[in-house]
Amino acid sequence: MAEIEIPYNSTNHPDTGVYNAKLGIWLFLASEVLFFGALFSSYILLRVGAGGTAGDWPLGADLLNVPLATFNTVVLISSSMTMVMSWASLKSGNFDAFQRYFGATIGLALLFLLVKGLEYYAEIFHQRYPSTSTFLATYYTMTGIHALHIIFGVAVNAYHFVSAKRLYAEEPERFTNRIEVAGLYWHFVDLVWIFLFPVLYLL
Amino acid sequence: MGELQATHAAAHEAHGDHAESFIRKYVFSTDHKVIGVQYGVTALVFLAVGFFLVLLMRWQLAYPEQPMPLLGGLFGNRMTDAGVMTPEFYNQLGAMHGTIMVFLGVVPLAVGAFGNYLVPLQVGAPDMAFPKLNMASYWLYFLGGIIMLASFFLPEGSARSGWTSYPPLAVLEPGGQTWWLIGMVLLINSSLLGSVNIIVTIVQLRAPGLQFMRLPFLVWAQLVTSFLLLLAFPPLEVAGFMQLLDRVAGTSFFMPTGLVVDGQAVAFSGGGNALLWQHLFWFLAHPEVYVLILPAMGIVGEIVANNTRKPLWGYKTLIYSVLFLGGMSFIVWAHHMFLTGMGTAISTFFQLTTMIISVPSIIILTVLIISLWGASIRFSTPMLFALAFIPMFGIGGLTGLPLGLSVADIHLHDTYYVIGHFHFVVAPGTLMALFAGIYYWYPKVTGRRMNDTLGRWHFWPTLIGLNGVFLPMFLVGMAGVSRRLYDGGTTYAHAQDVLWLNEVSTVASWLLAAAQVVFVINFFLSLRNGKKVEDNPWQATTLEWATTSPPLGHGNFASPVTVHRGPYEYSVPEASNDFSPQHQEST
Amino acid sequence: MIKIAELLGAPIGASAHSGQVDTVIGAVHVLMIVLFVGWGAFFTYVLIRFRQKRNPAANYTGTKSHASRYIEGAVAVIEVALLFGLSVPVWARQIANPTPADQALTVRVVAQQFAWNVHYPGPDGVFGRSAVDLISTSNPLGVDRDDIFGRDDVVSVGELAVPVDQVVRVELSTLDVIHSFFLPEMRVKQDAIPGMVIPLSFTPTQTGNWEIACAQLCGVGHYRMRGFFNVLDQRGYESWLAERAPEL
Ligand code: HEA
Ligand code: HEA
Ligand code: CUA
Ligand SMILES: [Cu+2]
Repeated sequence: MAEIEIPYNSTNHPDTGVYNAKLGIWLFLASEVLFFGALFSSYILLRVGAGGTAGDWPLGADLLNVPLATFNTVVLISSSMTMVMSWASLKSGNFDAFQRYFGATIGLALLFLLVKGLEYYAEIFHQRYPSTSTFLATYYTMTGIHALHIIFGVAVNAYHFVSAKRLYAEEPERFTNRIEVAGLYWHFVDLVWIFLFPVLYLL
Repeated sequence: MGELQATHAAAHEAHGDHAESFIRKYVFSTDHKVIGVQYGVTALVFLAVGFFLVLLMRWQLAYPEQPMPLLGGLFGNRMTDAGVMTPEFYNQLGAMHGTIMVFLGVVPLAVGAFGNYLVPLQVGAPDMAFPKLNMASYWLYFLGGIIMLASFFLPEGSARSGWTSYPPLAVLEPGGQTWWLIGMVLLINSSLLGSVNIIVTIVQLRAPGLQFMRLPFLVWAQLVTSFLLLLAFPPLEVAGFMQLLDRVAGTSFFMPTGLVVDGQAVAFSGGGNALLWQHLFWFLAHPEVYVLILPAMGIVGEIVANNTRKPLWGYKTLIYSVLFLGGMSFIVWAHHMFLTGMGTAISTFFQLTTMIISVPSIIILTVLIISLWGASIRFSTPMLFALAFIPMFGIGGLTGLPLGLSVADIHLHDTYYVIGHFHFVVAPGTLMALFAGIYYWYPKVTGRRMNDTLGRWHFWPTLIGLNGVFLPMFLVGMAGVSRRLYDGGTTYAHAQDVLWLNEVSTVASWLLAAAQVVFVINFFLSLRNGKKVEDNPWQATTLEWATTSPPLGHGNFASPVTVHRGPYEYSVPEASNDFSPQHQEST
Repeated sequence: MIKIAELLGAPIGASAHSGQVDTVIGAVHVLMIVLFVGWGAFFTYVLIRFRQKRNPAANYTGTKSHASRYIEGAVAVIEVALLFGLSVPVWARQIANPTPADQALTVRVVAQQFAWNVHYPGPDGVFGRSAVDLISTSNPLGVDRDDIFGRDDVVSVGELAVPVDQVVRVELSTLDVIHSFFLPEMRVKQDAIPGMVIPLSFTPTQTGNWEIACAQLCGVGHYRMRGFFNVLDQRGYESWLAERAPEL
């Protein structure tokens, strides 16, 4: 079976101005917007409902570790920046710089997961489980699903990191595009956290 | 390249001599045609399973106290009691029939099979934009389907809270609901991959000259369908996660405070909202019903144009209607929830959007009918099915109107009237269109035609059978008989006058089943014995007929195609043929 | 109009608003039938007239008439007229604003797997307290008999009786899962949602012995969650209630 050539894999389509994977990731992110949109809507509905008969809705800051989460926010934003830098390095043909920045992105993501794990550990240590209250259920679910997105991103990035040399040598443009697409995903995941953090920890 | 015939994939024939590449060619293939056939065969098997489940239910509905003939002993004590099915088992069958038909049968056939196989061909592309994702999409679907089916064999049986899985019931019930949820998450991810693929393929890979307004109607329908899947499914995935956690981690997303089951307070923290699930579910499931119908309309459009030998009348109107329908379908969901305690403002909003969304459907059907004016109609087998679609969808659609008026819905909600309504759109409607599509593109896929005589022997009993099953349901529903009743309403006084209609439905379902035997025989027999066809047997104009039948191997077209005109240039005045293919330079 | 719904097989309508529900059902079915017959006739005509044998060569243009636009427009207008003329007013009057408790005979209907519990306030007209830990087979709603308002309360399992020609207000709730309270002859149907108490009202205009049906799948016993619904004359109602009054 000969590999077949799909048009606009690495070049932009003259009319739409994008290559396939870029359009693909935008569509995927549109569906992610609805995904997280549904989560946030559920959060609002449950919280508003709790105001009535069903007891209270604790303030996130009373149960959760705000300093740790603030630190994590900084970590994640930094990783978004290194992600941009890694792509920019590729664009300007500096492969070594790419590897440094890209490695840093992965490292920061792992650090984020580690801190998140510590937070979970502390909560569970205090016997605060998802089943304890609807606030905690929401907290675990929203941050857990976000963490799954981070893990997925780390896996994709790790794959690219490991095979970067080979892929770059084979098709430099296509590889650069892949990093751009991975970056778009990464920024989105980052953005979700920027919403999650105040909603769960501060409001 | 010649040996790359999709026929072989359909028959799952092993080629001893090149067994090594067999797996890559036919099992883990990235060729959209092979994947399309894989989707198609799997979906047909699921349709047959879904039908089988409902045949068991129909026996129970017509003859509630009598043991099932032949099959009664087959199911063991867990599902039957002295050969009579238990209510637990009935509820499992109902939930799984709905789920299998919608998520594992019709959508995979309409989008997975027809979309996959035809979209790249009709836009003149060598494959989908992301062949590997395409393969992943199929295998996620396959896995999700296996998980759903496997749940029947759990000690406590499968999901049993309806395909709608309303909590708190779905959270409290034992059994396969957990598996149902896991299966759904896999199916949702499968469909996300598939829909991204179809959209990118249509937007990016159209052949030169194929502007949007020259796309076949089916491609438009698939495009809008893919957007619906892409945007409506994620909220259900969220809801699925939450219900899963309610079941396995003891959270209370859908569990309000203070529930008492069997005199005991339930062990949930409470604070959840049972209606939240319904909103998230119907936010998907209403667009989902248009996912069930749009590809069907697309198929009918293609076949009507080809068999009338003239362009579709009002092609642009058709496309604007489909786009409008797609957009509107996101804001009508709560018409499934009128009786959950709704104020005037909200109910008026959803009634109004429901009335509005019926208008594009009326326009689409009208366009299809008016396209027949001035035609030279060939009553080929695919055309018979396509034509039957029109009035059948008409009945289904029209009976949606009383449901959409909340005051009429008071009486009709959750009765057999609703069952009648939606089956007319999905079964005599969509299923007929899908059959039409199978007969029409079978020569494309296999290089052979299905037998026409057997086709007619399939068509007429199917049409009569479907009407026999579903028409009585309107009367049963009007009388006030609820759906999902294990005994078909036998004990209710208000049901007594219409109980005989249950038997009519059941007997008609046997006729329907017999007709499908003819189809299955025809389907397999024609693989070997069907009349061989030339490349363009229907003398059609769209691009899938610009390549050989069956198409060359991976890559589709021997040389790149260029498009010179619209999709349905039939009977162009002064042209030499009564059809002017899109890729031909001069007529 | 009223007759159309019954012609289509609806049970008799025996409440003050059942005629209005039936009018909506009847009117929309008239529209549907007209549309189906109209389109169907055109469809059949076209299939016969333009079959290949009779019309061997197709006409590229088809029809030039724009009649269909006007028909589609008219259908849309009729639908909206049905909506605002018939459906919305009834909903606003009857469903969204049920009669207040002080102007009606008020009962609580509490659904559970798989029975309808009906709670009457008793002669004092006030519902007693109820609590989960008091629930037992003899006291399915956990009514507190030590509460002064609770002492005279009447709880009936599986049977709702009401007097004819009086406004009845039902406050509907459920102990466990979602059920749906359906009185076919009253044209009343309302989902019972856990965590909510949903009021509804109706006025029976005929006496009769009917049923309460459960319209929403609520588990393995959904099919047998049948209750009795009796509309009695005033005398009959009072003695029905007296028979069930708890001994004080
Ligand atoms: C393919 C699927 C499909 C389609 C297309 C539709 C189309 C419509 N549906 Fe349906 N519906 C379902 C599938 C579908 N539905 C399902 C599965 C359920 C139940 C789910 C469950 O509870 O389990 C449901 C339930 C459902 C309800 C909830 C009922 C209840 O639970 O009480 C409502 C209420 O508004 C509704 C309304 C409508 C309306 C107004 C349309 C309109 O879009 C229809 C518009 C179409 C027309 C008006 C026809 C026009 C055609 C002609 C005029 C031509 C006639 C031609 C000839 C005679 C030749 N539907
Ligand atoms: C797409 C959706 C779809 C389809 C096609 C069908 C098709 C059918 N349905 Fe179903 N049905 C639902 C979706 C669907 N249904 C849903 C969502 C529910 C609600 C569930 C719930 O309550 O939660 C329901 C409920 C439902 C009920 C109500 C049960 C109850 O309330 O208790 C009944 C009762 O008769 C019924 C009957 C039928 C019948 C007789 C068919 C027939 O039309 C089936 C005919 C089938 C075929 C014609 C298939 C033929 C194909 C083959 C034979 C394949 C050949 C194979 C190869 C070539 C390999 N259905
Ligand atoms: Cu209670 Cu169904
Ligand atoms: Cu709907």
